[in-house]
Amino acid sequence: MIEDILTVFWRDWIVLKRRLTKFILSRTVAPILYLVAFGFGLGKNISVDNGTYIDFLVPGILALNSMNISFNSITPVHAERVYHKSLEEYILAPISSTSFVTGKISAAILRSMISSSMILILAFLFGAKLNLSIVFIGVLILNSIIFAGLGFIAAMTIKTYEEMSQVNTYILLPMSFLCGTFFKTTTLPEGIRFFIEILPLTHTSYLLRGLANNFEVSLMSLIVLIIYAAAIFFLSIKSFDRQLK
Amino acid sequence: MIEIKNLTKKFENKIAVDNISFKINRGEIFGLLGKNGAGKTTTIRMLTLQTKSSSGEIFYNRNSVINNEIEVKKLIGVVPQHINFDQDLNVYENMELHAKLHHLKKSERQQRISELLEYVELGDVSNENVRKLSGGMKRRLLIIRALIHRPKILFLDEPTVALDPQVRRKIWELIKNLKLQGVTIILTTHYIEEAENLCDRVAFLNHGKLIAIDTPKNFCTKFEKNSLEEVFIELTGDKI
Ligand SMILES: Nc1ncnc2c1ncn2[C@@H]1O[C@H](COP(=O)(O)OP(=O)(O)OP(=O)(O)O)[C@@H](O)[C@H]1O
Ligand SMILES: [Mg+2]
Repeated sequence: MIEDILTVFWRDWIVLKRRLTKFILSRTVAPILYLVAFGFGLGKNISVDNGTYIDFLVPGILALNSMNISFNSITPVHAERVYHKSLEEYILAPISSTSFVTGKISAAILRSMISSSMILILAFLFGAKLNLSIVFIGVLILNSIIFAGLGFIAAMTIKTYEEMSQVNTYILLPMSFLCGTFFKTTTLPEGIRFFIEILPLTHTSYLLRGLANNFEVSLMSLIVLIIYAAAIFFLSIKSFDRQLK
Repeated sequence: MIEIKNLTKKFENKIAVDNISFKINRGEIFGLLGKNGAGKTTTIRMLTLQTKSSSGEIFYNRNSVINNEIEVKKLIGVVPQHINFDQDLNVYENMELHAKLHHLKKSERQQRISELLEYVELGDVSNENVRKLSGGMKRRLLIIRALIHRPKILFLDEPTVALDPQVRRKIWELIKNLKLQGVTIILTTHYIEEAENLCDRVAFLNHGKLIAIDTPKNFCTKFEKNSLEEVFIELTGDKI
């Protein structure tokens, strides 16, 4: 079991290692733009909850970035399934679906953590004051599991490449902006707000922000994230099993 | 060794394999023959647990494959009809991935992979990305990859397609050697001569149905033909 998870992870690791510099550089562009545009440009004279806007903003950027990286780290599995058919190697191998899914998600977590570290380094250079803790890292990992899992399920169920990229445009992009990443969800109109506050990314933003700024945070949000992560992990395994139909 | 009972595969509006039953004996080379679309690949995909049957049963050593998937997967090696390499890995890494997925220890892994790469003369390209290989090189790699974990049962779906005559002969020699080592081999091919030379028994599929099964020799005698190819044409109809 562990051995199989490591094998699946190993494959993603050697692919990542080969492109590590490119990966880091390309995944740093968007966060830098967010930091400059919203943190410096727009946010200079804004203060939220008596703190600077950048301290408010960075946890939001971490949340949305971790979502995007985790999701998009795993979507190449779609091409492996539909075009290259290389997923067959895993289907034919004497390994469990759980091992495969765990290996894939772990590799996505690694990518997302590398990228998160880059943002944190930049944020500190930009003068952010944030409090990092084990729970903070735990929340980032939970967020990665949730969106890597969603990416996996999408890769296992969606038929064409076009539809795959539509998930980015119609689901991830709106969430990037609305889920408490750039502003508090309390400012949203009631109806939308209720819907947005159910979404996992809202809880991640809220928790990361609270933890980083030493506010009190509700345990409920953490429980919500754990439930999301467990359910999505389970559904990921099911979606892989369904390949055999 | 392998027993199939009333195996059927339906796609949305098409019956690809229609209620077939037969046995494959331990250590034999068994050929599945039939025209394009006859259901050969679909049969192999069901036998190798890559797709579920719509109905019917499959037994390996008298055990149903249901709830026995991992054990069956350890027994079998599969050479698919299409190329299915990991495009982000090089030749060696593709082999290594397979070896790791089948739990070969590091020292054995390295030795086995180099030995197989040398055997089909791919040692020199082991660090090349698989995209850079020629069609025939990819085929060779596909075949040896399936052998890494020394499967007891080997499925070959058109293994010699796109190979030059020398390499094709080499693959025949390889298949015969595997048989000597006790490996059970199930293969499909459109080169009927190849089946005639290699196979102990062949089965003819037509429109998903099993129409006949026997040794190549018996087929020729029964149909009073000089070659299995003539039997094939008679059995499956000469119209496309
Ligand atoms: N995934 C699928 N969905 C729908 N129909 C399919 C699918 N796979 C195969 N078929 C159909 O099932 C039938 C049998 O196909 P199969 O690939 O088993 O034939 P084959 O004997 O291997 O042919 P070939 O010699 O061309 O490889 C064909 O009519 C094919 O169109
Ligand atoms: Mg076929």
